[in-house]
Amino acid sequence: MRVSSEEELAEAVRDAGGPLRIRGGGTRPVGRPVAGAALDVSGLCGIRLYEPGALTLVAAAGTPLAEIEAALAGEGQRLAFEPADWRGLLGTTGEPTLGGVIAANVSGPRRVQAGAARDALLGVRFVDGRGTVVKNGGRVMKNVTGYDLVKLMAGSWGTLGVLSEVSLKVLPAPEAAATLAITGLDDAAAIGAMTAALRSPFDVTGAAHGREGTLIRIEGFADSVAYRAGRLADLLATHGAAEILRDAGRAAEIWRAVRDVAPFHDRTGDVWRLSVAPTAAAALAARSGADEVLYDWGGGLVWLLVQAGSDLRAALGDFAGHATVIRAAEETRARIAPFPPEPAPVAAISAGLRARFDPRGILNPGLMG
Amino acid sequence: MDMPAPDAARIAGKGALGAALRAVLPEDAVISDPAETRAYECDALSAYRAAPMLVVLPRSTEEVAAVLRICHAAGVPVVPRGAGTSLAGGALPTEDSVVLGIARMNRVLEVNYDDRFIRVEAGRTNLSVSGAVEAEGFFYAPDPSSQLACAIGGNIAMNSGGAHCLKYGVTTNNLLGVTLVQMDGTVVEIGGAHMDAGGLDLLGLVCGSEGQLGVVTEATLRILPKPEGARPVLIGFRSNEVAGACVADVIKAGVLPVAIEFMDRPCIRACEDFAHAGYPDCEALLIVEVEGAESEIDEQLGLIRQIAMRHDPVEFREAVSQDEARKIWLGRKSAFGAMGQINDYMCLDGTIPVSSLPHVLRRIGEMSAEFGLDVANVFHAGDGNMHPLILYDANKPGDLETCEAFGAEILKLCVEVGGCLTGEHGVGIEKRDLMEVQYAPADLEAQMQVKDVFDPLWLLNPAKVFPLAASAARRAGREHVPGALRPRTPAGYFGNEEGA
Repeated sequence: MRVSSEEELAEAVRDAGGPLRIRGGGTRPVGRPVAGAALDVSGLCGIRLYEPGALTLVAAAGTPLAEIEAALAGEGQRLAFEPADWRGLLGTTGEPTLGGVIAANVSGPRRVQAGAARDALLGVRFVDGRGTVVKNGGRVMKNVTGYDLVKLMAGSWGTLGVLSEVSLKVLPAPEAAATLAITGLDDAAAIGAMTAALRSPFDVTGAAHGREGTLIRIEGFADSVAYRAGRLADLLATHGAAEILRDAGRAAEIWRAVRDVAPFHDRTGDVWRLSVAPTAAAALAARSGADEVLYDWGGGLVWLLVQAGSDLRAALGDFAGHATVIRAAEETRARIAPFPPEPAPVAAISAGLRARFDPRGILNPGLMG
Repeated sequence: MDMPAPDAARIAGKGALGAALRAVLPEDAVISDPAETRAYECDALSAYRAAPMLVVLPRSTEEVAAVLRICHAAGVPVVPRGAGTSLAGGALPTEDSVVLGIARMNRVLEVNYDDRFIRVEAGRTNLSVSGAVEAEGFFYAPDPSSQLACAIGGNIAMNSGGAHCLKYGVTTNNLLGVTLVQMDGTVVEIGGAHMDAGGLDLLGLVCGSEGQLGVVTEATLRILPKPEGARPVLIGFRSNEVAGACVADVIKAGVLPVAIEFMDRPCIRACEDFAHAGYPDCEALLIVEVEGAESEIDEQLGLIRQIAMRHDPVEFREAVSQDEARKIWLGRKSAFGAMGQINDYMCLDGTIPVSSLPHVLRRIGEMSAEFGLDVANVFHAGDGNMHPLILYDANKPGDLETCEAFGAEILKLCVEVGGCLTGEHGVGIEKRDLMEVQYAPADLEAQMQVKDVFDPLWLLNPAKVFPLAASAARRAGREHVPGALRPRTPAGYFGNEEGA
């Protein structure tokens, strides 16, 4: 079923006789496989309001991300959280939508400096499991009027409500960027270098380590970028010689590859992601037995390529943080909880919220476990 | 502003409740003498006062859990209190409630510079969090005006902001984890040193919930390396409109100052009389602060100067020394004190889209004439968070009521132009009855059902945030919520709230 307005969406949910599988662009099949009738919201489309001087944009949830990014680029602005495109990673086609990005809370390398998708989200309109339209937040940057359901909706994967409209804080795109690359560091040494960079006052907007070496990104006005690149190279000298990449096109390509986890695109195996304190990352990755590792967020986000069907949580044992399956066969995602199991009191709260927002249990039921 | 009538049965049970609390807390942690409980009768919204039955001052998460278990069993409302600096009445007690103060829980538990976080007890003051990491060149970004006194627990409850959130965000953007004690005494760990939620973003939900979902006892906060330097400029303009246009142009040009503060003529005058900061005599002024190394600051300020010049400023003053920088901020930082010298005032907190600034300021001026009360405007212009200060005379009968009516009209105007009732102070009791201006019944219902999940008996800070009529049934324990495991009668010894 395809809906093209909020009213139609509300009606479709209200009239649903059973579980619904919510679908935006269909590019992020993550979580437990959901049995249910497809509800396609990509027809909820279009930018409703864009005020570059106020750094805010409001759009229907099904609006293609590409359309949003093009509109922003036209005004020299962008989504600071750098949403990833998972089509290559997950082998999907279709158009990523803004609502999908928000529902999955997908944030790229700049998350270390500019925050996650949820941090840029100012307001939502959604349809809950009863078919009721609910709004929360708004289109202003500071808003503490009532509870923050905006954050709750980000990363809830359509299980509490179906997004119909979102409003976002956007930011100016910088005039210049530079990337420092150090090669030859092992994982622990790379974490050390990234930590040194992120502890500095030089406003690092990306810190990653993988095939391309250890990468540090800075952005801003041209003179400022040049100054900070020099200072960072000096600061990192004890960790390794840093080459400063000034070719904007090449650097953009490198960071897009980190963002989209490109090294794992053409490799077989399951993909997991760990969210951990950066200094714990290298030891965990070593313990995981992964075939390849990509560190982002200075080590706070670890992408692991592991043997198909294996249970990474069993391999890692207890650790502070969590592990999520992003890519695996349906059979594996049915057998191993893709989302991290929650301790009992947290699970009770999550279950309570689902029971209130979706009393019939029809919105992507079971997707998050 | 109404509060629910105190429950006589609860008050009659004060002695038994005090004894039960003393059995689990040290002697000095339970206050029952009316002469002492009076110190907790209000917060910074001091027009409203009610001394609580009892005050408890626990020193650990375990003690907080013990207190809440006892009050839960007794069916007694609990009002959590940080430092009592809420401008919205967030910590206002009722006479049949227990105030749970977390001020004694103020230790730093862990600092990790490599992973860039600090874990503190929630009673620690905002400024002392930065103080604890300053020597290593770090700071905690949210900086509410009350930062010398206000507690992190209160900051989390209200999702506090500050002058520098244009760049660094507000509390919710700088919070990594909390230890939360639910009303029934259940201790929940949410988040940690890692960055993202594994499941639903409960941390985002708890932040800004005004102490209604649980009592936060510990918090893990993101700390940031301090920039190499910062420098403000002061720009004077011929009109509010021109100043507003300049703000929009600066933002559009790609400069992201850490702060853009706006003051109108009445505010400039009052601050000047009070602080003698040497502000120019003009209709509106902006204080714009940028950060970085000297050369970076020069680059950004050069661009800001270019933009400002297009708006024909009456003054463009760049601080060339620390002392001049201090003087530029001096007037702004003393704005509230300056107003307090002249008058009683009510400080509003609505946020508007930046583009509506000139229209809203003009309307406020017109309304000021209609209501016969003066207004001074000072606010965070970059993010549209207004702080109109309405001046009134507390000793003049009817003046407070006129002031509140005027304030309500300003907040309705904020909502009308696409903004909201409160940007950083919270709803508390102050904006509680205006919530229906911003939210439809279904929107409020969605929020109230979140409270049903965390606090099914509605005992934590119950008469705040939602209009009393909207929450009455729940507070009285009458609402039927499908699928809820919800005891309708507390298994206590005082009977039900509001005389079930």
